[in-house]
Amino acid sequence: MSKHQSSFSSDLRSVVVSKRAAQRDRFMSPVGHRPQFRLVGFWILSIVLFIVLVASLAFGSRSIPFETVFYSLWQFDSSIIEHLVIHDLRLPRTLIGITVGAAFAVAGVLMQAITRNPLADPGLLGVNAGASFAVVLAIWLLGITTIGGLVWFAFLGAGSISVLVYVLGSLGRGAATPVRLALAGAAISALLFALISAIILNSQETLQIYRFWIVGSLTGAVSGSFEQLLPFIVVGLLIAFVVATSLNTMALGDEMAQALGTKIALTRLLTLASVTLLSGASVAMAGPVAFIGLVVPHMARFWCGPNQHWLILYALLLGPIVLIASDTIGRIILPPGEVPVGIMTALIGGVVFVWIVRRMRMAQL
Amino acid sequence: MKTAENSPVFPKKLILRTNYFSLRLEKRTILTAIFLCVAIFAVAVWSISIGDFPLSIKDVLASLMGNGNDAHDFIIFDLRLPRLLTGLLVGVALGISGALFQSLAHNPLASPDIIGFNSGAALGAVLMIIVFSASGLLVTLGAVLGGFFTAIIVFSLSWRDGLSPYRLVLVGIGVGFTAYAGINFLMTRTDIVTAASATHWLTGSLNTSVWSDVYVTGIGLAILIPIVLFLQKSLDHLEMGNDMAAALGIRINFIRAIAAFAGVFLAALAVAAAGPIPFVALVSGPIARRLINSSGPSLGNAALVGVLVTLSADLAGRMIFAPMQMPVGVFTAIMGAPFLLWLLTMQIRKGAI
Repeated sequence: MSKHQSSFSSDLRSVVVSKRAAQRDRFMSPVGHRPQFRLVGFWILSIVLFIVLVASLAFGSRSIPFETVFYSLWQFDSSIIEHLVIHDLRLPRTLIGITVGAAFAVAGVLMQAITRNPLADPGLLGVNAGASFAVVLAIWLLGITTIGGLVWFAFLGAGSISVLVYVLGSLGRGAATPVRLALAGAAISALLFALISAIILNSQETLQIYRFWIVGSLTGAVSGSFEQLLPFIVVGLLIAFVVATSLNTMALGDEMAQALGTKIALTRLLTLASVTLLSGASVAMAGPVAFIGLVVPHMARFWCGPNQHWLILYALLLGPIVLIASDTIGRIILPPGEVPVGIMTALIGGVVFVWIVRRMRMAQL
Repeated sequence: MKTAENSPVFPKKLILRTNYFSLRLEKRTILTAIFLCVAIFAVAVWSISIGDFPLSIKDVLASLMGNGNDAHDFIIFDLRLPRLLTGLLVGVALGISGALFQSLAHNPLASPDIIGFNSGAALGAVLMIIVFSASGLLVTLGAVLGGFFTAIIVFSLSWRDGLSPYRLVLVGIGVGFTAYAGINFLMTRTDIVTAASATHWLTGSLNTSVWSDVYVTGIGLAILIPIVLFLQKSLDHLEMGNDMAAALGIRINFIRAIAAFAGVFLAALAVAAAGPIPFVALVSGPIARRLINSSGPSLGNAALVGVLVTLSADLAGRMIFAPMQMPVGVFTAIMGAPFLLWLLTMQIRKGAI
């Protein structure tokens, strides 16, 4: 009897909850409802990005007043030490932050679209582990320490693992569900990290580079790496905008997309190529910064709806905002040391991940 | 006490029954256990005999019987036996802990290494090693506290009108990831020597095992195993479903709470002794079930499989790259990851996920 009642009340509660969720979605969703909402959001995010950029240049172990920051950009004077700090240390770091943040965020959008999976993220699916493994192998076996040399290995690792995880996750009938992909990613990550630790246990020089690289840092980058890697990321972003239309139709299901004239195999191939370019280059530049690719698409979707064009545009702004804000906070939170940016994003990302899982209904798992 | 025989020639099961106590043993269970014990003994003797100073099997057996010479006794009892026994106890702990959680969640994926408990315990232990430069019992304490803290977080976060195994797995992966970020952070806050030893430990290694590891883990197991054996029958009933178990007079929540407590404690003990050795807990339960074809959680055989896997991985790590020693965790991961992928494809084929 009591069991009957409790199941009835929980039914009632779930009806109320889902009604409220529908109301909230209707209010929040700009799709076909308030298109101007998206444009306003775009401008707001641009302003936020600008503020975050200035803060990133001004704050650090030595705070620099805002007017000096502006003067150092407009009228650079190499005799003033603050100008040197900004020009040589903080500006490259911020530029790398913008690039890497945008690249990881867009890679996350693409992965979540192609896998139809809210938990897809380059880090979670083992792509970062693949890049890490290739990089460690290159340092250890071939003695490569230059970024220009390592990037090719990072590409190779990221690309092969993203294809492998995708194939493993979509075996059998039906789409690649979150549990499948997460577990396939977890298994491959565990395997690769075991191999990585087998290598670094035998080579302390590799461990010395690796232990700082793995947490993700925007400081480790050499000045030449940025120019070398930027073209890859630009190409990856261009591909992302090209496939956005096809990804929009593919969200309706493969059959529907095919009926609408989308070339499914080509879209998948281009998307995986773009993900590989973006995450491979970013991992080579800043180490495996975790969870940006998971968190940012959700923040973007919350505001701009599921249209891929807008999602990618929002991710381009939100990725750098989240990454640079995390980096700046990590710089000042534990003086005199720094909390590496990968740790900050992992802490934020872990919380968001659990929140997404809790929100999902049983059938979606 | 009487023996029941189904067929006159090959008795299929053995039933021991007194007024207070009854025990039913399938023939296949006993044969599997005997086979596993023999395999473990062979691997153990082999594992003692190899090393920088190779001993013959005959010398090993002579020393173990108590009539070897002093040099051999020193090598075996002071250097190689602690390592072997630690591996053995850790295998038992991981095997039982995995089987407990897999039985509780009705899902082979819900083993403590997948759902983040090992990462949490490792975070607690690394915190003790790096921040408080502790060793011995304090590290064990850190691992146990870390494991319990993580378990509480994972269970409470994945609870929503009941416990869905898949939500448990996903939340566990997320929490484990966060704990690992914490470990990576601590690794950057220390010098290279501590970082190297912590890396060694984090891979799961028996290279530095000493007698005190054996004592701590052994005492822990001596307390926990009777509790777990007491649970075995109730867990068998629980696998038939909550309603059926309740109808049979099982106190469901009490049994579950005790089993979860014991499982977390066992996993944390293993992590404290040898680091988070991956995949042993995941593979032991399903392999044991398959070997004896049972429906219940077959804890005893899971423990034996855990021991066999741990000791074989340790042996492989010492032999394949000799004279270098690979930590045991490298080989359990190399063997375990394909197993996880296989498990995944089986579940997909069944249409479970």
